[in-house]
Amino acid sequence: MSATPRLELIDVSKRFPGVLANDRVSLSVKPGEIHALLGENGAGKSTLVKMIYGIQAPDSGSILWEGEEVRIAHPRAARRLGVGMVFQHFSLFEAMDVLENIALGLDGAVSRKQLDAEIRLVMEKYGLKLDPRRQISTLSVGERQRIEIVRALLLNPRLLIMDEPTSVLTPQEVQDLFKTLRRLASDGCSILYISHKLHEIVELCERATILRGGKVVATCDPRQETARSMGEMMIGSDLRDPARGQVSVEGPVRLSVRDLSLQKPDDFGVALEHISFQVKGGEIFGIAGVAGNGQNELLEALCGEHSADLHTTIQVDGAPVGRSGPAGRRKLGLCSVPEERNGHAAIGAFSLSDNAILTARSRMGFENQGFIHKAAADEFAANVIKTFAVKTLGPEALANSLSGGNLQKYVMGREIMQSPGVLVVSQPTWGVDAGSAAFIHQALIDLAAQGSAIVVISQDLDELLRLCDRLSVINLGKLSTPRPVGDVSVQELGLLMGGSHATPANSAGGIHAA
Amino acid sequence: MRLRLEKRLEPSRTMLVMTPVLSVIAIMILGIIIFDGLGYDGPQAVWELFFTPVLDVYKWRDVASKAAPLIIIALGLLLGNQAKIWNIGAEGQYILGAIGAAGVAFATQSMTGFWIIPLMIIVGMVLGAIYAAVPAVLRTRYGVSEVLSSLMFVYVSLQLLSYLITGPWKDPDGHNFPQTAQLTEAQLLPHEVWDSGIPPGLVVALFGSIIFFIIVSRTVFGFSIRAIGEAPHAARYGGFSSNGIVWATLMISGAMAGLAGVLELMQLTRLNLGYPSGYGFTAIIVSLLGRSHPVGVFIAGIVLAITYVGGQVAQTVVHVPNATAGLFQALLLFAILASDLLVRYRIRISVSSSTNMGQRS
Repeated sequence: MSATPRLELIDVSKRFPGVLANDRVSLSVKPGEIHALLGENGAGKSTLVKMIYGIQAPDSGSILWEGEEVRIAHPRAARRLGVGMVFQHFSLFEAMDVLENIALGLDGAVSRKQLDAEIRLVMEKYGLKLDPRRQISTLSVGERQRIEIVRALLLNPRLLIMDEPTSVLTPQEVQDLFKTLRRLASDGCSILYISHKLHEIVELCERATILRGGKVVATCDPRQETARSMGEMMIGSDLRDPARGQVSVEGPVRLSVRDLSLQKPDDFGVALEHISFQVKGGEIFGIAGVAGNGQNELLEALCGEHSADLHTTIQVDGAPVGRSGPAGRRKLGLCSVPEERNGHAAIGAFSLSDNAILTARSRMGFENQGFIHKAAADEFAANVIKTFAVKTLGPEALANSLSGGNLQKYVMGREIMQSPGVLVVSQPTWGVDAGSAAFIHQALIDLAAQGSAIVVISQDLDELLRLCDRLSVINLGKLSTPRPVGDVSVQELGLLMGGSHATPANSAGGIHAA
Repeated sequence: MRLRLEKRLEPSRTMLVMTPVLSVIAIMILGIIIFDGLGYDGPQAVWELFFTPVLDVYKWRDVASKAAPLIIIALGLLLGNQAKIWNIGAEGQYILGAIGAAGVAFATQSMTGFWIIPLMIIVGMVLGAIYAAVPAVLRTRYGVSEVLSSLMFVYVSLQLLSYLITGPWKDPDGHNFPQTAQLTEAQLLPHEVWDSGIPPGLVVALFGSIIFFIIVSRTVFGFSIRAIGEAPHAARYGGFSSNGIVWATLMISGAMAGLAGVLELMQLTRLNLGYPSGYGFTAIIVSLLGRSHPVGVFIAGIVLAITYVGGQVAQTVVHVPNATAGLFQALLLFAILASDLLVRYRIRISVSSSTNMGQRS
C-alpha cells in the first residue's frame, strides 16, 4: 500500500449565501480504505461530497488526487479521474430495463452485447445478483441500489462515494452490501461512506472524519469507538436516550382499522389488502417494511386522502371516519405526518406560519367563519419553533429554506402540539441527525404517555424496536399479525420484510431465458 | 467571461414587482426598433401608443372604459392562476354574460323598475359561471385539460351569438342589420357615475379589487387556492379538495367575465357582431402582468387599456397598422413570461479562469 493518499482535501471551504457550508475542511483517504464521513444534517457532508464529485467548486483550498492537485470541474471529470458515486436517491427510469438504465448513465456509447457482458463480469466479481434484462418497476429498492453500484463499478473507480446507502435496505441486504464493499476495498478501491447509522460505521469503517457546523471536529478509528461516543462527537454534547418507562398499555382503543382495502392509486403504486389493526391509548404501534410496499398508500388511507369503502372501516375513539376527508378526521383527533416533507407534509414556498394553517387551522382555532386568524397561526408556529428547537429565522421563513431535519422537526412539532388523540407518522426521523431523532422520539413517547395512540411507519428497524410496544410488517400491501416487540427477533422481521424480494437471484435465470 | 444563471435562495420579491415594469420598458424599446425597421417613425409611434393616452385628459375616459372590463375579468382569472387552473375561455363567458343580460332585457322590454338591472347582472353572472362549469365537469370527471376545453367553448359562444343576432333576436326595425334592438332606459346604467366622468364599470373594478384582495389574503378559501397551486399533494393532505377548487375557480372567473359582459352591453346598448372584442383574451395578459395579485391586476388593466387607446391614436397619427395594439399586447405577454426567470434566478457574470483555487494558506 503506497503512502500517498488516494484523495486528500486541504483546507477546502465553500460558502453559500448566508452560510459557510465547509470551513477549511481537510481529509485524506488511503487506497483501499473504507472511510466514514459523519455529521448531523447541515454539517456540510453533502457539500463536501459534491465538490469531490465535481458538482460544485470549492471557493478555496485544494483537492489532491494521488498526490497531485486537481480541479474537478464537472462529474464527468470526476469519473475520468476514477471517482464513482452512488446517490441516496436513485435516478432510474421505471419503464426501462436494467441494461438500458446503465447505458443511459455512461459517458460513452457501448454496444448492448458488450455492456451486458461487462455488467455480468462486474456482478460476478463482487457477488452482486441482478438480471440485466429485468424492468426497473419489478425491482425492490435493494436491487435498484445494486444497479447504481454496478453503474459506478463499470468505470473501475478508485474511489467510491456512498451516500446513506443503507437507509432503504433490509438487515440482510445491508450485510450483502457490506460484503461487496469489503471486497471492493480489498481490491484497492477506496470508499467514502456517508451514514447516520453509527453502529454500521463501527462495523464497516476503518477511519472516520466527523463534521460539525462545516468544520472537521474529529478524526477517529471507529473500531476503537462506540456508536455512542461517535454520536456525541457528532452533535458536540451528550446524547440523550429517549426515556421510555415500562408502560402497561391498558387504555381504551383509540384507532381501529377493520378490513381496509384500497386499489392501486396508479401504475407504480401498491394496493392495500384487508388491513386490520387496533391501537390503544398510550400505545405506540410500529409498521416495518421495505420502501414501496404500501406504506405511503396506508398513510394516505389513514389520514383521509383516500377514502375507505365503508365509513366504519376506520374509527377514531369509536366514531366512524372511513369516508371523511383529512379535515374531518383531524377534527376528531386523527393527525398525521407523511414521509415526504417537502410537497406533502409541508409546502416549500409557504412560510412556516402558513404551513401551520395548512393542518392546524381548525384544531388550533386559526379559522373563523372562513377567515384566517393570522396572528394566532404566527403564535402557534413560533411556539412549535421554540418547543422543538427548530433552527430558523422565525414563523415567516419559507419552509424550503430549512434543512431537511429542521423541517421534519417543525412538521412533527406542528402535529404533536395539536395534541391529537391518534397520530400516524411515516419515517419520523428519515434523514434526521441523531440529536434531532432522539428529540422526536422523546416527543412521541411523551405524547403516548398523555394517552394518545401512535402509529409509526418506518423502514428503520432500530427505531421501531426502540420505540414501539407492538410491531407489524407491511409487505406488498398486506400487514403481518401484530406482535409485541419483546417477542420478535430482527432476523424474523427481516424475513417478513423480505417477503417476495427474499430470493431475487433465483428468479433471474428464468426470466433471462424468456 | 460568461453569463451564468444561479438559483436564488428565495424568489426575489423585488423582481416580482420589478419584472412587469421592466417588461413594459423592454417592449417600448423593442417597439421603437421594430417600427423604425418597418419605415415608420418608431419613437413617435411608441410615444403615441403609451404616453398620449396618459397625457391627454380627453383620452382618460376611453382608458377607463377599456380598463374596467379587463380588470373585472382578470380579477376572476387571478384565482385560477394562483391555483394553476387556467381558464382561457373568459371571452366565451363574457359573451354568455351579455347574452344572458340581453335575454332578460327582451323579456322586460315593456317594463320599468329598479329590479331589472340587478336581474340582468345576476343572470349574466350565473350564465357566465355555468358556461365555465362545462370545462370544470370535463376536467374533474374525465381529466380533460381545461386549457383546451375552455378555449374551444369560446368558438361555440361566438356561433351562438351570431345565431341570436341574425335570427331570433334580430332587431325588427334594424333594416336587416345583424344586431339586436336597443336596451331601454330601465335597462341601462348611467354612462358615468355622478357626472364624474368615471364609468360605472371602473367603480365595480375598484370594489372588485378590494374584495378579491380580502379573499386572497385573509380567507381560508384564498389560502386553499394558493396551496393547490403550489403543492397539490400537500393541499390534499391539508384537507382541501382539488376538484372543489377547480369548480370554484372556473365558476368564479366565469361569473366575473359574465359581469364584465353585462356591463359592456350596458355601455354599448345593444348586441351586434362587433361585440366580442377580445377582452377575455387580453385579460389573461392583465392577470399575468398584474402578478395574479388584485392590486397588480388593477394597475395592469389600466396599462393594457392604454395600449388599446394608444393603438388607435398611433393608427391615426403615425399610420401604423390596426394590429399594432395587439402586437404590443402579445409582446408584453412574451416579455412577462420570459422575465419570470429573473424572479427565481439571478444572473452571475463569472470569470472562467480558475478563481482562488490552488491557494494555500
